[in-house]
Amino acid sequence: MLMEEFVRHSGIAAPILRGNVDTDAIIPSREMKRVSKLGLGEGLFAGWRYLTQETRNPDPQFVLNQDAYRGASILLSGPNFGCGSSREHAVWALKEFGIRAIIAPGFGSIFANNCVRNGVLALEMGDAEIKRIADWVALDAQRNRVLIDLPAQVVEAADVSFPFSVDPGAKRMLVEGLDAIALTQTRWQQISAFHEQRKQLRPWLY
Amino acid sequence: MGLSLFEKLWQEHRVERQDDATDLIYIDRVFLHERTGSIALSSLQADGRDVFYPQQVFCCMDHIVDTYPERSDETTMPSGKDFIVATRSHTRAAGITLFDLDDPRQGIVHVVSPEQGIVQPGMTLVCPDSHTCTQGALGALAWGIGSSEAEHALATKTLRVKKPRTMRVHFDGSLALGVSAKDMILHLIATHGANGGSGYAVEFTGQAVSELDMEARMTLCNMAVEFSAFTGLIAPDEKTVAFLQGRPYAPVGEAWQQAADYWRQLVSDADSIYDCELRVDCTSLEPQVTWGTSPQHATGISGAVPAPGDVDTLERAGREKALAYMDLQVGEPIAGKMLDAAFIGSCTNSRISDLRLAASVLKGRKVAPGLRAICVPGSMLVKAQAEAEGLDKVFIEAGFEWRASGCSMCFFAGGEHFGFQQRVISTTNRNFESRQGPETRTHLASPVMVAASAVRGCITDPREFL
Repeated sequence: MLMEEFVRHSGIAAPILRGNVDTDAIIPSREMKRVSKLGLGEGLFAGWRYLTQETRNPDPQFVLNQDAYRGASILLSGPNFGCGSSREHAVWALKEFGIRAIIAPGFGSIFANNCVRNGVLALEMGDAEIKRIADWVALDAQRNRVLIDLPAQVVEAADVSFPFSVDPGAKRMLVEGLDAIALTQTRWQQISAFHEQRKQLRPWLY
Repeated sequence: MGLSLFEKLWQEHRVERQDDATDLIYIDRVFLHERTGSIALSSLQADGRDVFYPQQVFCCMDHIVDTYPERSDETTMPSGKDFIVATRSHTRAAGITLFDLDDPRQGIVHVVSPEQGIVQPGMTLVCPDSHTCTQGALGALAWGIGSSEAEHALATKTLRVKKPRTMRVHFDGSLALGVSAKDMILHLIATHGANGGSGYAVEFTGQAVSELDMEARMTLCNMAVEFSAFTGLIAPDEKTVAFLQGRPYAPVGEAWQQAADYWRQLVSDADSIYDCELRVDCTSLEPQVTWGTSPQHATGISGAVPAPGDVDTLERAGREKALAYMDLQVGEPIAGKMLDAAFIGSCTNSRISDLRLAASVLKGRKVAPGLRAICVPGSMLVKAQAEAEGLDKVFIEAGFEWRASGCSMCFFAGGEHFGFQQRVISTTNRNFESRQGPETRTHLASPVMVAASAVRGCITDPREFL
């Protein structure tokens, strides 16, 4: 199954500027109701987004409920975003809501891998730069859009180009929208040979 | 220059290099559970892909199953049955070994796998569950992945993995009475941050680690993910070899000798270099407990709730939110805080040694009036062993509910929970907002501290009972 590509993206960036936003907060377990990757957008940040969980009464204090940030497709956050549970539902929920990229000083490693597998960019940047972008966006979030250029590895905001580094493997997967399984299956001969060799080397494992 | 244990395991499993940062790594064992495994298997099927080597794939029903003594496919979590039924049919179709609800070996994946001898030193093992790092305690390279990665591992017996950097944490000296592996890992995370291990494969070593029994080592490695590490691991020693001997999936006869000889070689070379080294002095370590909503919000039992202003600003925002959520005042001593509930269970602390320690505190005592106390053994075999030793009676007579096995109230999936804003002391691994129930306030601690606190009705230093 081919993945949605991520090349260049311009969008409204919403700030959740604190560290350790965990995947339980991104998608509470109670929102994972079906054996499916779909139907999760409504549960995104449910604990913070709604004042009442049953009737889904939106909390006006929460950034994604504010008119200024309506239509946000980029999140700005603190260190260790997506830490905790491995639930890929966190990425599926973000994606279904319309988030294409998260800019943070660091990510939970399982979350970051899950992003790559779903065409979502987990972009690492220093917290001073992130704060600077957030301050500029806050002046008029609907107009002050953030542009991410993945091939060029720059974020354009506040009339400044912020360079960022990215793992080359992840970049290629995202820019080309590659299916990791199909890509690996082109290495089948090597995998098979390794498998047979390992049976000889560590026979008790088989 | 010598090689670290991690480096040896990585090289042993590298099929080929993909680019400067990424290797194609061969996977020896895959574990699944009904919560995320069901989705991985159904997605694989929808894409018309097969499981390449189902003999080496295992699955547990643990995450959303009920733990009431009389349980069935119907769950208190709405729609839980769909996950159970889908997992059963997909594992059967794929030829995967399933530890089903009615299996006497059923339990939490990271308890079942070592208990059955499925994880062994020198293996790579992955599971779509973040606490897979638990199994690194046996000297395996075991780490948590997402559902898509699980599909990849099932279909190709490999994963494309960015090679982590290496860290070694030395736990020097011996632990004092009443201090445990849980306190070691909470202290490490509190000192270096919940992202302190980010990007690293972390080897735990030192006198205190050598002295831990195998189950305590699993507790230590369990929370490597709470340190944001790629995984945690401990080099196998004679305790590891002895632990595995005679387990159902362990090799036998000549194969056992061959395997054990290999396992004994799996140590870091004396001159191996790590990207980062940390030291923790265990001699002065006291029992730890968390006050906030991240595992890094931990303090010694003699400590007080810290002021948020002591740290940089993004961190401060998190601490201020945590204090409001936990309804705590800056400077308030953590010991003595009144509790509504106590929980013993989860892949962190639900093994027989954990239950024995908790029972040693509870024996002949009662939990405080009005306090709800629950014990959920990590597997049905742990439960049976505890019952053979009479521990169930100790828990029940003290006022604990004695449950069947599962992940239970480690997290709230829409079913059973501790109740709105209830304060719980728990042997689990995550004190995140609403993790154990709607706005439930979780304090993480060791089994002995949970037992002592249940008796007093407030957060209590377990050493007062030992």
